[in-house]
Formats: sequence, C-alpha cells, structure tokens
Amino acid sequence: MHLTLEFAGGAELLFGKQKTHPVDLPESQTPWTIRTLLVWMRDNLLRERPELFIQGDSVRPGILVLVNDTDWELLDGLNYQLKENDNILFVSTLHGG
Amino acid sequence: MPSATCVSCQGQRPAALVRPKTSEPYCKVCFFEAFEREIHETIVKEQLFKPGETIAVAASGGKDSTVLAHVLKLLNERHSYGLKLVLLSIDEGITGYRDDSLETVKRNQQQYDLPLIILTYKELYGWSMDEIVKAVGRKNNCTFCGVFRRQALDRGAMKLSVNKIATGHNADDIAETILMNILRGDIARLKRCTSIITGDESDENEGSVIPRCKPLKYAYEKEIVLYAFYKRLDYFSTECLYSPNAYRGNIRTYIKDLERLRPSSIIDIIHSGEQVLVKQTAKMPVQR
Repeated sequence: MHLTLEFAGGAELLFGKQKTHPVDLPESQTPWTIRTLLVWMRDNLLRERPELFIQGDSVRPGILVLVNDTDWELLDGLNYQLKENDNILFVSTLHGG
Repeated sequence: MPSATCVSCQGQRPAALVRPKTSEPYCKVCFFEAFEREIHETIVKEQLFKPGETIAVAASGGKDSTVLAHVLKLLNERHSYGLKLVLLSIDEGITGYRDDSLETVKRNQQQYDLPLIILTYKELYGWSMDEIVKAVGRKNNCTFCGVFRRQALDRGAMKLSVNKIATGHNADDIAETILMNILRGDIARLKRCTSIITGDESDENEGSVIPRCKPLKYAYEKEIVLYAFYKRLDYFSTECLYSPNAYRGNIRTYIKDLERLRPSSIIDIIHSGEQVLVKQTAKMPVQR
C-alpha cells in the first residue's frame, strides 16, 4: 500500500531531517491501521530516539496526527484503517514558541 | 469518536479537527473564525490595548509569536483597534537555534509588512548565551536567559517608544508555569504568572518597566499549531540546545499526558491558578 508520510514542527529531525517520506507498506492479512503503521515506522523509518516519537502504542503526547489534513481524533485515532495514497502528517508541538 | 459534523456551521463544511478546548468537531473555516474571535474577546474583556498605542510583538520566529503577529495584525484591521504594531526580536546568541529562527522573523517582517528591530545579548550585555553556557556549564541556563531576555525586551521597547509588549505565551505555557510554581512553592511568582497584563502603573513592585500582555493566554498550543498549519504560516521549530535540562520539561510532559486524558485540564489549571489567593500573613519567598 502506498502512503505519503510527512513530518513537521521538528518531528522531521527524527526521520533523517526529511519532511516527506513516500512509503510502500507490505501486504498484510489484517488491514493496516495507524497503530500498526507506528510499529512499522519504529522498525523501519525512525533514525534515532524512538522515545521522542512513540510512547506506548501511540505517538508521544504533543505530536499531532493529521490524515489527509483531518485531525485523527475525528477518524478513530489509532484504529483508523489506512487507505491507498493516504497522506499522514505528524506535527510536533514540542518546541519553543 | 466524535461525529464528523462541524458544530458551528452544522455540516455546511466537513469537520477537519477536534478543538481540545471544547472537544467538539470544527471545520477549518469555523475554527479560524472561533480562534480569532476568542482572542479578540480576550483582548476586549481584559482591556489589553488602547487606541493609538504602539505595541511591540515579541517575535522569535516560533509558532506562538508568528501566530500572534498574524492574528494581531488581522484583528487590528478587522476591529479597528487603532494600534501601531512592530516586531521586536532578541538574539541571545545561540548558534544553530536563534540564528536560524531570526531568518524566519525577517521573513515574517516581509510577510506581515511590519517594522522589525533585533537586539542581541552581545550588544547589551557583552556576552552571548553560547559564551555564558561555556563559562557556567549546562545548568540553570534557562533561568539566566529568561531574565536577560525580559530585560532586553524592555530595552528594545524603550528604544522603539512602544507602550506595551505582547508576548506569545499560550495556555499550555501558563498551565506549566502555574504547576511549576506550585511544585516549587513559589507563591510570589504564582500570583504574577496568571496575570494577563504585568507591569502596568498599578503594580508598585514592577517599577518603570514596560507593561506586557499575553493575548494568547487562553489559546491551546494544539490550536495554535493547527491554525499555523492550515493557514500555511511560516515558523521555525527547533528545541533550544540548552533546554533539555530545564525543569519545565518534566512539567510539560505531565501536562501533555493530562491533556490526552482530559483536554480541558489546561484551561482548568489556569482557572484554578487565577483563583488562588495568598494569605496576607504568608511569607513570600525571597528572590535569589
């Protein structure tokens, strides 16, 4: 499944300073959700300091998640089922203003 | 999971976010309208400005001050506040952090078409933050930097002949400060930190400093970030090199966890902090 992952607000520093990452997730028996995407990201994409991005099975509090420009809280959060060509944006708010 | 209909326009437009303040779904247009209107209401209710005043917006290039500059300019025009706005930036001399963020402020100056003045610690005090940290080590750096910066803002404001300074402190910042002061037992600071205006003539202790105010006091950090994102506002976002050791970091983590459980916690902490009254007989901590 092809997705575009985007990072902003400093989150990109944890992913090789790259703001946009096109990814292709392998076929899976169970549908991909944000929960399983995060696990895949931790294993395949996170360059350093996983604890700054992931806490438990979710993102660290202070990191906002938008799916196709929509707040993930409107879309079932971690359980949202990813669709082909979805754009997932992770914006960190954890920095000075 | 909240329904996907904007509570404000009742489904005229698809909901795009859940506002942490109210836990209600909003579409982008209604969110912009509510966000801007609430700041306007804060400004009016707390009488932050008077027509004809010159206001220095403390600008770091970060998310809060960028949104503050954008919204103040917009509201000034929309509601005819009659204010003259200028951008005031302080360069503490932190390589890899402040030098980059100042580039953003310079772009903001172009984008918002506002005058900009930049003052540096080196000019004012003879030391940059990098030099200070090298001399004293990586401890309590934020404490010194905060004090120097506040004084630098005052000096800059006097140079520009402004009447007030507006800073971008948001609801999360103020909730953090309240908790920090409670945990440290600093009741003197606790009393001051919930004031939306500090340093005006009525406060004898403040002496002749320039009054400063926090128009974003009740705006959630999440909403500031989303506003900036949806409006494609240009801001700089990196953690200061010297901040990881700061005590505030622990409080921030705690507040973020609380917000996840109950989003209204942040505003609730501010309201509680505002209600705290210190007994006349209580001994105030001595400033060390």
